Formats: sequence, structure tokens, C-alpha cells
Amino acid sequence: MSFIKRWWQLFEQTVSPKYFYRISERFIPWLTLLATLLISIATVWGLAFAPADYLQGNSYRIIFIHVPAASLAMSAYFLLAICGVISLVWKVKTAEMVARAVAPIGALFCFLALVTGGIWGKPTWGTYWVWDARLTSMLVLLFLYMGVIALYNAYESSATGAKAAAILAVVGIVNLPIIKYSVVWWNTLHQGATFTLTQKPKMPTEMWLPLLLMLLGFYCLFGLLTILRTRNVILERERRSQWVRELVKAEAAKRGANRGL
Amino acid sequence: MAFNSWAEFWAMGTHGIYVWSCYGLTFTVIALLVLHTRQQRQRFFRAQIQQLKREQQQHES
Repeated sequence: MSFIKRWWQLFEQTVSPKYFYRISERFIPWLTLLATLLISIATVWGLAFAPADYLQGNSYRIIFIHVPAASLAMSAYFLLAICGVISLVWKVKTAEMVARAVAPIGALFCFLALVTGGIWGKPTWGTYWVWDARLTSMLVLLFLYMGVIALYNAYESSATGAKAAAILAVVGIVNLPIIKYSVVWWNTLHQGATFTLTQKPKMPTEMWLPLLLMLLGFYCLFGLLTILRTRNVILERERRSQWVRELVKAEAAKRGANRGL
Repeated sequence: MAFNSWAEFWAMGTHGIYVWSCYGLTFTVIALLVLHTRQQRQRFFRAQIQQLKREQQQHES
């Protein structure tokens, strides 16, 4: 039994906020570089070099941000729900902090997916909005995000709020397959998936390659923002602990030195 | 290049307004998100350093 206890202690140590804060620092420069490079290349490629669509003309170029934003909104929600389960079942503090950091990022990308979709709909379908399955389930996702964020701030004790938010996040996960398969299950204006794991995309390479680069760029950006915001949450919540006080002292010395120069 | 001139590029056929508003909005939101994240960190350290100074002053007096 002592063996299991030691492993558990080791596990708890590696998922502690302090460890996360220290280890995550290494990823920041790489993710910044990758996100900047991928997004700039994909933007220039998608806007200027990819050929126009034979049917939609140039309005299809919205795909290069609409699809990555929507994909990210769903993946971020998945992460939110996973963190919810981990924090509810195993009471891992770091998972709760990651969830708190991810919720607003996911909500914003969901908002972007909806708005760019609406703008794209006008020249393509002739309307900004229809109450069809894909669009409505995506709107529900935005409401779920807003509910989760509201619950975090709804209680005086942040622990109670986090618990309520985690439960909502976990329950709301049923919406994800509905979004994903809405274009298959119901008759809809919305087109099917651009990328599938098993088939080659139906678009020419000059179109799907920049889309793939933008998708990767958005995920790098998401990773970066998640790390940075989780670190902010960690600092705020652990501000009374010894190691954060040391950090503050070091930062104060650094700023004092800069002012002295 | 999918376009022959800058004018053509900005016009995006007849879809310029749709394409550019989407890209503009997306990059604005991303920039604001990055800025807000940096501001969060700055604000934390500013507040904590002040707190630290206050504690040191109390300690001295």
C-alpha cells in the first residue's frame, strides 16, 4: 500500500499548480513562434494565393478562419469538460484552473465561428442566419460557455462556483456530437466536414493546405493562450504561498533595477 | 497569385466587405485576447509588489 501512496504523491506533485507553472514556461516561446509563423503564412496564402472557388468566388476565403475557429471552439469545450471531470472526481486543483482559463478563450472562438459563419452565409446562402441544426447547436455551445463563465463568478466561494461550472461543462458535452453530426442527421444548408480522418479532402491541395496550416496555427495559439491564462490564474490563487511570494520579490527586484538604470 | 492587381485583391470579386470584415474581426479579437492576458499578469505583479512594500513598511515601523 505504501507503494501506491508514494506513486499517488508523485502524481499529485506533477499535477500541482507550482509544477505546472514551472514546466509550462518552456513551451511559451515555441508556441509563440509556431502560432505567429503558421497563422501569418496561412493568412497570406489563403487570402492572396489560393485560387478562387468556381462557385462561391472569393467569399469562400472566409473558410480559412471560420473552420479553424469552429473546430477550436469545440475542442476547447472538450478540454473544459475533461478538466471538469478531473476536478470533480480527483479534485486536482490544476485542472480546475485550466478550465477557468480555457472557458473565455473557447467562448470567444465560438463567437468568432458564429459571426464569420453568418457573414459568409450572406453572399452564399442569401441570409446571415437560419435556425438550422448546425447553426443552432453552435449557438447552444456559446450559451453553454457563457453559463460556465457565469457560474465561476456566481458564488462567493470560488470553490462552489468552480464545482457548479464543472458540472455544467460535463453535462453540456452531449452538445458536441450533436454539432458534429448535425450536418449528417438533419437536412441543412450547412456543408459537411472539410477534413475527415479517413478520406482525402475534396478540395484541391492549394485550398486545403493553407486551411490545415491555419488550423494548426490556431491550435498553437490556443495552447499558448491556455498556458498564459492558466499561469495567471495560478498566480492569483496561490499568491499567499511561499513560492509565489518569492516570484513577486524577484519581479520587484527586477523592476527596481530597471527603474534604477 | 490569384489576383492581377492590388485593387482586385481588395475588392475580392464583389465579396470584399464580407472577407475583410471576417478577417478584421478575427484578428482584432485575437489581439484583444493576447493583450488582456498580458495585462492580467502585469496587474497581478503590480498589486503584489505594492502589497509587499506595504508589509515591509509595517515591519519597519
